[in-house]
Amino acid sequence: MLAETAAASSGWFLEHAWLIPVVPVIGFALIILFGKRMPMKGSEIGLASMAGALALSIGTAYQWIQRVDAAHGDHEGSALARGITGFGRSLTAAASGEEATYVAPVIKSWTWWQSGGLEFGLGQHIDGLAVLMLILVAFISCLVQIFSLEYVRGDRRYTHFFASLTLFSAGMLTMVLAENMVQLILGWEIMGLCSFLLIGHWWEDKANSRAALKAFFTVRVGDMGLLVGTAIVFFGANAYAQDTFGSNGFSIQAINAWALSGEASHTVLLWASVALFIACIGKSGQFPLHTWLPDAMAGPTPVSSLLHSSTMVVAGVFLVARMYPVFWEGFSIPDSSVNFIVVIGGITTLVAAFLAFVQTDIKKVLAYSTVSQLGLMMMGLGAGAWIAAVFHVFTHAFFKCCLFLCAGSIAHSGSHHSFDMKRDMGGLRKIMPVTFACWMIATAALTGFPFLAGFWSKDEIIATVGKNGYEVFFYVGFLSAFLTAAYMTRATYLTFFGKPRGAAAGEHGDDDDHAEEHEQAHDEAMVHAMAHAGGPGVHTDHTDHTDHTDHTDHGAHGAHEDGEHHGPHESGKLLLVPICILAFLSIFAGFLQAPAFGESFEKLKLWVEPAAVPIADDDFLVSGFGQSAALTPRAAATGELVCGFETPPNGEVCVFPAVTHAPFSWAKAGVATIIVFSAYALSLLLCVLVYGDGRSKLKGLTQRNRLLGAGHRFLVNKYYLDDLYEKVIVHGVAYPISKAAYWVNQHVLDGTVNAVGKGGRRTGEWIYKYVDQGVIDGIVVDGSGKAASGTGGALRPLQSGKVNQYGALLFGAAAIGALVLVIVNI
Amino acid sequence: MSAVILAADDIQVAQNIGFGIIAAVMVVGALKVVTSKNVVHAALALVLVLSGAAAQYILLGAEFVGVSQVMVYVGAVMVLFLFGVMLTRAKLGKETDLDQPKAWVGIPVALLMLGVLGWVLIDGFGDERLPADASPKAVVEISDSILGPSLVPFLALTFVLVAAVIGGIVLARKD
Amino acid sequence: MLVNNFLLLGAVLFCIGVYGVIARKNAVMVLMSIELILNSVNLNFIAFSALHGNIDGNTMALFIIGVAAAEVGVGLAMVLLIYRNRKSISLDELSEMKG
Repeated sequence: MLAETAAASSGWFLEHAWLIPVVPVIGFALIILFGKRMPMKGSEIGLASMAGALALSIGTAYQWIQRVDAAHGDHEGSALARGITGFGRSLTAAASGEEATYVAPVIKSWTWWQSGGLEFGLGQHIDGLAVLMLILVAFISCLVQIFSLEYVRGDRRYTHFFASLTLFSAGMLTMVLAENMVQLILGWEIMGLCSFLLIGHWWEDKANSRAALKAFFTVRVGDMGLLVGTAIVFFGANAYAQDTFGSNGFSIQAINAWALSGEASHTVLLWASVALFIACIGKSGQFPLHTWLPDAMAGPTPVSSLLHSSTMVVAGVFLVARMYPVFWEGFSIPDSSVNFIVVIGGITTLVAAFLAFVQTDIKKVLAYSTVSQLGLMMMGLGAGAWIAAVFHVFTHAFFKCCLFLCAGSIAHSGSHHSFDMKRDMGGLRKIMPVTFACWMIATAALTGFPFLAGFWSKDEIIATVGKNGYEVFFYVGFLSAFLTAAYMTRATYLTFFGKPRGAAAGEHGDDDDHAEEHEQAHDEAMVHAMAHAGGPGVHTDHTDHTDHTDHTDHGAHGAHEDGEHHGPHESGKLLLVPICILAFLSIFAGFLQAPAFGESFEKLKLWVEPAAVPIADDDFLVSGFGQSAALTPRAAATGELVCGFETPPNGEVCVFPAVTHAPFSWAKAGVATIIVFSAYALSLLLCVLVYGDGRSKLKGLTQRNRLLGAGHRFLVNKYYLDDLYEKVIVHGVAYPISKAAYWVNQHVLDGTVNAVGKGGRRTGEWIYKYVDQGVIDGIVVDGSGKAASGTGGALRPLQSGKVNQYGALLFGAAAIGALVLVIVNI
Repeated sequence: MSAVILAADDIQVAQNIGFGIIAAVMVVGALKVVTSKNVVHAALALVLVLSGAAAQYILLGAEFVGVSQVMVYVGAVMVLFLFGVMLTRAKLGKETDLDQPKAWVGIPVALLMLGVLGWVLIDGFGDERLPADASPKAVVEISDSILGPSLVPFLALTFVLVAAVIGGIVLARKD
Repeated sequence: MLVNNFLLLGAVLFCIGVYGVIARKNAVMVLMSIELILNSVNLNFIAFSALHGNIDGNTMALFIIGVAAAEVGVGLAMVLLIYRNRKSISLDELSEMKG
């Protein structure tokens, strides 16, 4: 049932949102071409382009919000419905017959290339989700670039760092507003490339380049799924897309509509979902392909904060959110209590949380925390908590980025480029108060401290998971929250509390001569690493690698601004301002979707979540590709929330299923808060006992107790997954292949060459012996000579000089001639 | 001299007999030429042959040619031969080895030739007879012919003779 | 009388002369054999002249006699020269060719 639609409220920013990735691309090109000659070595171009992208994104977001509000404001009916269900309760609408207003996205597409009946296009698909991600990526990129101005100053590849950072932003921006799968894959791959470039920024250290390769290859394994999934979906949706929309099977809008149309075969959707989710497993670091994320910490801290916590790793979550109808139908999300996504997400969140307990590197703690949170987001998506997961992406970006930047700040100014908590940190809260404050705020937000950002997003996920019938994962979510609080407390304690150790105590240097000292420090630290082998439950081979990554920051040594004070100190403004901004947002960003305070606080859902309402498909039919035609249907359509549960009526399409929303329950929130606080307390207690000064029986427990020691070792070796992947799977596959290839090379290729050579030589010999010597020399040359001399010899007696003989011959010949004449003339 | 020619039929028989005897003598003489062991004997046998030839010419009515034959051949050429024999023999009267080692090769050749020629002649001329009323050729006819149509050969012959004379002198002189 | 008489006689003499050319070692003997041949040819010419009543045969015979005479003169001069140089007129000794 459709009501009349509102007038299109569009705007310049909405129509030209495709410029948003273009600006950083131009920035990237300019940095590559001119960066080294610029006064700030190209960073000014990077910042300017990100600022431009941010400005355009803000404009786009503003106009989108206007569009949504205009669409909603015109419908009295739905406003009334909202008013009734209003204060204190969130809007629940799952197949309840209630009405909602669908706000059409602004879709534009240009054909880039045609081949064999297929058309590949680029375009924009601006809806709430895209706008949210655009703002997120542009904003975080801006802040990280500001942070990097100081952090990587003096680095040997400063210009290329900014170039890669800018290119990454361009790639992700391309992906989030992608109109079709091909463009999405394009952005995806650009991000993967930049991840590789940035992780291996200091590739002179072998460990860094290995980490970069590992990241790239692991994600690549997942990308096979992306390609397969795209292909499956293309072939499935192509006919439908052409009939209904005039587009092809790559168009995301068309794919979503096809998935919900009831015409799609469930098996096809299932396989497509599995394949696409495999890509997400790789990109978003889900178990079992999560191993690359902690190793990716080998890159500079701004890279970790931008790519591997806030933006790139959420690309997988974004993909699921974007193609949600495919997964909704493929995995039958509303009807089951367990499915592939939610299982993987649940396993990931717990696996990573356990691993975070045994890390000594602060960035690795944050990396595992990221993996764990990503698992939580996936779990949410797998259980139907769409807006909750997207909201968590949003809030997680702020506080995780803040945490990483704090870690960077600590390393930069406090622990002398070391990230090792146990060795070089401790007691930094007095020395770096601003960083400490921001860290605490961000940690609180991450762990779900009441009313901060994480509180709202995490609890919404857990609540919705429970409400949708995924009972087991409801408890998994609580366990994850507990663990998160616990390991973050440990990390906080080791970093900021206790007595200063190592570099935090200023041990690395009051000397004037920086470079020598740092070289010495490097060697000392190497010796430390060796010595540490005897430490409690630390495995030599594996953690030596992790220790090495601590020293990667040494590459950033080129020029230290503050040559005067070498001891730990608070960081400069360029580092602190982004951190503070992010901390601020960690506090207040949550109120965009805080159902506890009523509907007016559920802005995110209003602006971002598409309404599950059938829309007339003739609204979508536009003139074909190749023209820069807006595929925008009429701006809004109101109808009943039936998508995802019923097939849409004839002539109408659904593009988003009716997801459920758990109502906010103060009781559940209270339980969650209790869990979190108890985790704080327990962890603090254990930290003080184990790491503090007192003599506690708990110290060295893992060394003494065999079971605990084995468990500790199991965790420190990351469940031996790396060994499994590298030594068993890769070696088992690559080694025989390389052996076979070598065999082919030696015996087949070289053998062929040798055989040809031998054959040629033997042919030559045979020809020499029989043809050259035998025939030509023997028969032709010698033979002709012999024939000639033989003939001569035979004819010689004719010329005997004897007259009588001449006479005999003469007369004899004459007689015979006469005889012949006579006979002939008879 | 035309009595031999202007005769009746029985002159023919006489001519045949005459021919036969002279022919036999000629053949025997020729054979002696080629098989004699004594050079001088061979030379004299050649005289026989040449004389016989002259007789045959007269039988055939070619009186001038016959007489010329006797004068030139028998008179001059044979003398030349005898001079030659004389000047090139170290010893006189001795029987010398005059035949080639492979002299027998000549027999088949000669026989072959004889066969061919004989067969051709018999086949060609069969029973042709000389004209019975032929008169001896007059010298005036010969001179008409020589100084008329055959003038060029005659002049050529003079050159040949001059060359022969000069050649003979040049070759045989001692210097 | 049969013309063949004379012709055959000529043929026989010719063949005998041919035999003589082939068989004789002495140069003078060879020249004699050549004389035989020439005479046989002469006989032929005269016979034909008588057969046809033509005088050309006679003139031809005269020419032959003349040429033969010249030839014998030159030939014998050569034989004398050879004898002077080589002290022999035996044809197989005179050949210097090795074949």
